[in-house]
Amino acid sequence: MYLDFTNVLVFFIVGLVFVILNVSVLSRILRPSIPHEEKETTYECGEPAIGSSWIRFDIRFYTVALIFLIFDVEVAFLYPWAGVFKRSLDEIKEAKAMGLELTATQASIGSFLFFEMLIFVLILVVGFVYVWAKGDLQWIKTMTGQEDQQKN
Amino acid sequence: MGILITLLVAVAVAVALLQVVPLLVYGERKISAWIQDRDGPNRVHLTIKGVPIMPKGLMQPLADAIKLMFKEDMVPTKADRFLFMLAPVIAVVPNAAAFCVIPFGDNWVIASMGLDVNLQVSNANAGILVTLALSSLAVYALAFGGWAANSKFPLMGGLRATAQIISYEIALGLALISVLLTAGTLDLQEIVHQQAHNFTDWNMFKQPLAFFILLVAAFAENNRLPFDLPEAESELVGGYHTEYSGLKFSMFFMGEYLAMVSMSGVIVTLFMGGWSLPGIIDPGSLSFFHGPATVLCFVVKMAAVLFFYIWVRWTLPRFRYDQLMNIGWKKLIPLALLNIGVTALVLAS
Repeated sequence: MYLDFTNVLVFFIVGLVFVILNVSVLSRILRPSIPHEEKETTYECGEPAIGSSWIRFDIRFYTVALIFLIFDVEVAFLYPWAGVFKRSLDEIKEAKAMGLELTATQASIGSFLFFEMLIFVLILVVGFVYVWAKGDLQWIKTMTGQEDQQKN
Repeated sequence: MGILITLLVAVAVAVALLQVVPLLVYGERKISAWIQDRDGPNRVHLTIKGVPIMPKGLMQPLADAIKLMFKEDMVPTKADRFLFMLAPVIAVVPNAAAFCVIPFGDNWVIASMGLDVNLQVSNANAGILVTLALSSLAVYALAFGGWAANSKFPLMGGLRATAQIISYEIALGLALISVLLTAGTLDLQEIVHQQAHNFTDWNMFKQPLAFFILLVAAFAENNRLPFDLPEAESELVGGYHTEYSGLKFSMFFMGEYLAMVSMSGVIVTLFMGGWSLPGIIDPGSLSFFHGPATVLCFVVKMAAVLFFYIWVRWTLPRFRYDQLMNIGWKKLIPLALLNIGVTALVLAS
């Protein structure tokens, strides 16, 4: 088990060695280095660059990141559920086939697992619908929409 | 001995993976030329004492690599030097590592040497999660690269890339869940075994909607056309790698192709039966040729997926950014959620 993650590490190391060997060692020996003030200016279609680029950017990117964060956590929770769902259904089917006595919870395990996850997902879907209705998923907001917002 | 062999497999696959990229670049150039009725690269070749070793054009990727190696490496004075150096590294390493949990062959029994080689670099628990985690690390390369250059075009490209990749990652993850539901396991080797006996067992037929959603999301995740807005060379110059030159630029290039290779590995494993070929390859066979045969089958399937990637790139035009966000959030995610619900309902009933 730990050996398996060692292999992931081996992959990382081979990749790192490859990049560093090429970029920082091999290419550094081969490539010319003739620094010039104008070469190292920021590219802006040939004109002198105006100001810094580290400016405030549109809040829409931030909204998307926020919604992503919540949904990604949801997806992460769904994985273990997906792994267990079919197995527990199969186990109950087997037990039924063998004629074992089942408790009420065991007999209804399918609907239990299904509705448990449905409730979890629905809570997030409510938020999703809210964001959608609010228009935050609309990348381009029309001028008429903005006028409406101003009136309100 | 066992440890040595697994390490050997790991190193061999990592090196092979890095060699696939030049081949893929050559393939892409030849196929695009063929689609557009051109010749493509047809000059650079290798001839030793009049004996042709490599046919004309096949040495083109090597020539490109050598050219890039001799190019001066410039860092804008206004850039954040540390992040500027870090971004190309992140572009390559996690994308290559994402491949390591994918089973590219069945257990290879070499009876004469008493060996049983597992043709999968890492049989990590819940392997598919490792792939997802590593491939989503790649977004940092684009975000850092775009931010660090302190230039307007890379910043726009980096922002677009970040928003695009995180949006489609949800659709990708949700599409995978419905497949894992029908499989009932997170073990990739076992998922392949489930699909090994009949063509109808392939998940692309059992879960066609999930297959479609995953394909679309995979194109967006890898910044391929029709979703290559972060680069969008006709409007953003080069997007996040505008200020990069020399080998650092080529690292972004490599990273993109490695991501394609890893993603096509995931698609083949989960939806197209992985290394198996029902009726021809007998899973669990003890024959010596079983190992190489399964690897060959896997490589052929992966090549088919990669061909599809290239085919789509040279056929479809680019989406607009608002269309891209609409497809991701308003179509793919609700569809994927619905698909999970229906799958679970069918399984439970």
